[in-house]
Amino acid sequence: MRADLAIIADLVNPGARVLDLGCGEGELLARLRDDKAVNGYGLEIDPGNITTCIRNGVNVIEQNLDAGLDNFADDSFDMVVMTETLQSVKAPVQMLKEMLRIGRECIVTFPNFGHWRCRAYLATRGRMPVSEHLPHSWYDTPNIHLCTFLDFERLCQAEGFNIIERFVVDAAHANRPLINRFPNFFGTFAFYRLGRPGS
Amino acid sequence: MSQTAEDRKGSAGIVQPRTFQHPADFLLKCGATLPGFELVYETYGALNETASNAVLICHALSGNHHAAGYHSADDGKPGWWDACIGPGKPIDTDRFFVVSLNNLGGCHGSTGPLTDNPATGTAWGPDFPTVTVSDWVRSQALLADHLGIERFAAVVGGSLGGMQAMQWAIDEPDRLGAAVLIASAARLSAQNIAFNEIARQAILSDPEFHDGHYRARGRNPDMGLMLARMVGHVTYLSDDGMGRKFGREIKSGDIAQGRNVEFQVESYLHYQGRSFSGRFDANTYLLMTYALDYFDPASEYGNDLVAALSGTTCDFCVISFSTDWRFSPARSREITDALMTARKNVVSCEIESEHGHDSFLLPIGRYFDVLGGYFHRLAEGAGIAR
Repeated sequence: MRADLAIIADLVNPGARVLDLGCGEGELLARLRDDKAVNGYGLEIDPGNITTCIRNGVNVIEQNLDAGLDNFADDSFDMVVMTETLQSVKAPVQMLKEMLRIGRECIVTFPNFGHWRCRAYLATRGRMPVSEHLPHSWYDTPNIHLCTFLDFERLCQAEGFNIIERFVVDAAHANRPLINRFPNFFGTFAFYRLGRPGS
Repeated sequence: MSQTAEDRKGSAGIVQPRTFQHPADFLLKCGATLPGFELVYETYGALNETASNAVLICHALSGNHHAAGYHSADDGKPGWWDACIGPGKPIDTDRFFVVSLNNLGGCHGSTGPLTDNPATGTAWGPDFPTVTVSDWVRSQALLADHLGIERFAAVVGGSLGGMQAMQWAIDEPDRLGAAVLIASAARLSAQNIAFNEIARQAILSDPEFHDGHYRARGRNPDMGLMLARMVGHVTYLSDDGMGRKFGREIKSGDIAQGRNVEFQVESYLHYQGRSFSGRFDANTYLLMTYALDYFDPASEYGNDLVAALSGTTCDFCVISFSTDWRFSPARSREITDALMTARKNVVSCEIESEHGHDSFLLPIGRYFDVLGGYFHRLAEGAGIAR
């Protein structure tokens, strides 16, 4: 189990209805099904990932997130999860609004473009940062909407999304004191648990 | 084209159709009663001790019981879904016991318009009662009883076959573990019904149809059946697929002279149509298209598909094909969405293919990966050994 998925699994209540946007090979849903009796669905577009989900008995639906989520009714899920996908969708704000329409809460994870290595890379080389966690060149990256934790929190504030919980970790998905003190400088990934405006 | 022994690796082998006789009255949904019936069926693989490994194949409009294997050693043509059913194939007969039948009202040996009506001593012909998808499910359940199958591991079908699988899930929830709905729909669209009506009118307006009593007169509405098949066939293919297969290639004649030109696509359709009229009964064709048109399980639940599916307990696999415009991916998405809303287990895929509706009959790589993966999971989940 990927360390980041274990963190998310801990945030989901037993028996919850979970929608996983970009579920990959379905590890999270399989774990939630086995450990927490969670009835979940995963949306995915990669044929290989879809077949793996099917072979593992994960409820996978072939659906392109950028084509919208109109087919899901309001409040149809307890939790909508999107791991490391927000930065590659076409319309992130719309996506977050949709997630909080469909689910009462959502969990979003993404890499921090404000990490000190990114800053140092840009400052010293004058080029778009390329790293182990953001390995793509600017011209072929699927990550078209990178942001820093600070950027994301400003957006949440502007849109009224309620940040219920935030969990910031390093590249090994471990949490350290320095990260808690300066998350936007030392944190590599963040997990945000969001609620609706006014919730 | 004859096949070598090498080609037949993974084949279900030589199979013999058998006949199931239901001796008692059978009340149809339309109110008519059949004084018993017969169903012709084939089986592939072996039923295990707990009878937990049975899979039912439901055929589409023009299908029949011969889904896999060969009828004799020199039989050149395997069953209609041979690519999918056999040892090591997506529906693996080393693991599963596969049952395939000719539906009630069919023209390949099961009781239908070609069968004698015991009340008159002559063939039913056009007087064979209207049969619905629900009737098929009940007759198939009786066949299952006869075979000692309390519960199918899966009921599978493409197109009209997928409708039967869905009806199974609704009518017999305790008797199947999974419903596999391929290139299907929860109800036909107006356009789809319209195509069926064109096909029917082609048959009904053939002077040789004789109000359905063509057999009694020693005639057959060949032209009507041929036209019905031609229009059907065009709707089963895609524009791109036909373009790639035929283009504007000319079989005979010269466009410069402007006469007597036959395009390859015309020749192909003529051949398909003629071959069909030689092997399919017109009354059965009408009956099957009515069953397609009338299928609408949601109509019994206030037109709410979610409500119709809410009592189902099986898992679902929904597969569609990108260029299928007769049973488009949107129709499959309606089913998937309703199943998710009803909180059922469902997997759903849209397979890239240029072959339109016909894709469901073809050995397309990703399609078979998905089906094979699904049946692998079914077998593992149910503890079905090889």
